[in-house]
Amino acid sequence: MPTKIEKDSVTGQMTTGHEWDGLKELNRPLPKWWIYIFYATIVWALVWFVLYPSIPGLHGYFHGTTGYSQRSAVDQDVAAVTKQRSAYMDRVKALSFDAIRKDPQLLAVAQTAGKIAFANNCQPCHGAGGGGNPGYPALAAGNWIWGGTLEDIQQTVTFGVRSGLDAARNGQMPRFGVDGMLKPEEIGQVAAYVMTLYGKPGGNTVAGEKLFAENCAACHGEKGEGKREVGAPRLAGRAHLYGDDEATVVAQIKNPRLGMMPNWNARLDEATIKSVALYVHALGGGE
Amino acid sequence: MFIRHETLERNAFLMLVLTLLVISIGGIVEVIPLFTIETTVEHVTGVRPYTPLESRGRDIYVREGCYTCHSQMIRALRDEVERYGHYSIAAESMYDHPFQWGSKRIGPDLARVGGKYSNDWHYAHMANAQSMVPESLMPHYAFLAETPLDLDDLLPRLKAQRAVGVPYTDEELANARADLLTQADPAADNAALLKRYPKAVQVGRGGAEPTELDALVAYLQVLGTMVDFADPANENLRQ
Repeated sequence: MPTKIEKDSVTGQMTTGHEWDGLKELNRPLPKWWIYIFYATIVWALVWFVLYPSIPGLHGYFHGTTGYSQRSAVDQDVAAVTKQRSAYMDRVKALSFDAIRKDPQLLAVAQTAGKIAFANNCQPCHGAGGGGNPGYPALAAGNWIWGGTLEDIQQTVTFGVRSGLDAARNGQMPRFGVDGMLKPEEIGQVAAYVMTLYGKPGGNTVAGEKLFAENCAACHGEKGEGKREVGAPRLAGRAHLYGDDEATVVAQIKNPRLGMMPNWNARLDEATIKSVALYVHALGGGE
Repeated sequence: MFIRHETLERNAFLMLVLTLLVISIGGIVEVIPLFTIETTVEHVTGVRPYTPLESRGRDIYVREGCYTCHSQMIRALRDEVERYGHYSIAAESMYDHPFQWGSKRIGPDLARVGGKYSNDWHYAHMANAQSMVPESLMPHYAFLAETPLDLDDLLPRLKAQRAVGVPYTDEELANARADLLTQADPAADNAALLKRYPKAVQVGRGGAEPTELDALVAYLQVLGTMVDFADPANENLRQ
């Protein structure tokens, strides 16, 4: 019920003239400083509307007087840093590996760039520092499947392994078990012989050695030393790709797992791939 | 503009009118851009609806809440473009209902993870992420490899996608189950599948029936691969 507008004796504020059961409502507007900041933000928004892309229309949108676009901004950022790096990366791209290695400063820059690209792209499979994972070759051990020279590594990184490209490393291994090329007991004998190549006791290996010579040696070498032209991994010694227990070897002869590595030429430029090769080469196994 | 607070307090109808005015401005600002979406979403070649298997994989991606740690949105920032590749464009998620852009970036962005790793890697990594990446925080999803993919509701799911604008053709729906089984069997002939869905990646490890993990890997392997940014037809993407 409306009453007289008066000053409230307790707070010193004016009332609105509303009263309910003796309770009077105070007129307490927002503080002036708050109101003015609020108005200022409205004005600021109008300025922003004019300067930056804002109002959509039927055919596109108003681009703003500055013509700002996130996309051209990031293009400029990338172009600026590419220009900065080009002092080194253009030379990495243009020079041969020998020439790069003769320039210690250039080599250090390339290996640093390679380390960063390796951490982003290669490490999830090959492990930190190229330590390898089951099915993903160690790169630091010098036990190369496709070759460990800088050129070999560049080739492998560029086109990948069984990546679907003709230029990729397209090694294959027959499915000795699934396709019936060897009988199950023969696979067991070969596996027993392969265990001796790994330096483990394999029992009677005479039959296995003969089968190995007939079926495996053409690719893996007579003594299991491997053959890089066809990407047949070395079997002699302690290195192994999937595992050095007999069950793994049997499974591999029966129905080989053939790992694949993506081709990186779609994601990385040539200078970066060469940098990765220089980094990987220096991990401990380079030839 | 400068209506006294006292006037507003004392005039309920005026306050109602002004409240509606303020809310409608806010609403218009949010709604109007949607009317012009045809002119603001760029047209690119290559984006296609997901294959039936990829689509089911996407359902599992959503069900498992992958978006709570992984974004699918490469922002137009130099560090993201250098790490993940070309920034994401709106057209790349035009068949995503709902889109999976996400905003939590606890794990890496997945917008262009397709083709970055081998199928084998995804299977091993999903079962036990730490076996491949020791410092990873990702939970284990080994159960997906043991859960057969539910195919009973495949068609209703695809039809629901079509109802909200994904242009599945009748031919694609008719072949949905066959396409799914083809994609989940690495030994199957995929010529018809690739004709309908270019760049579809065959997955599977020779099991009897497709698993949920097969579907998820197929989905991950196509992410970000549909648009070929080296193609001159896609050169003019700048708005």
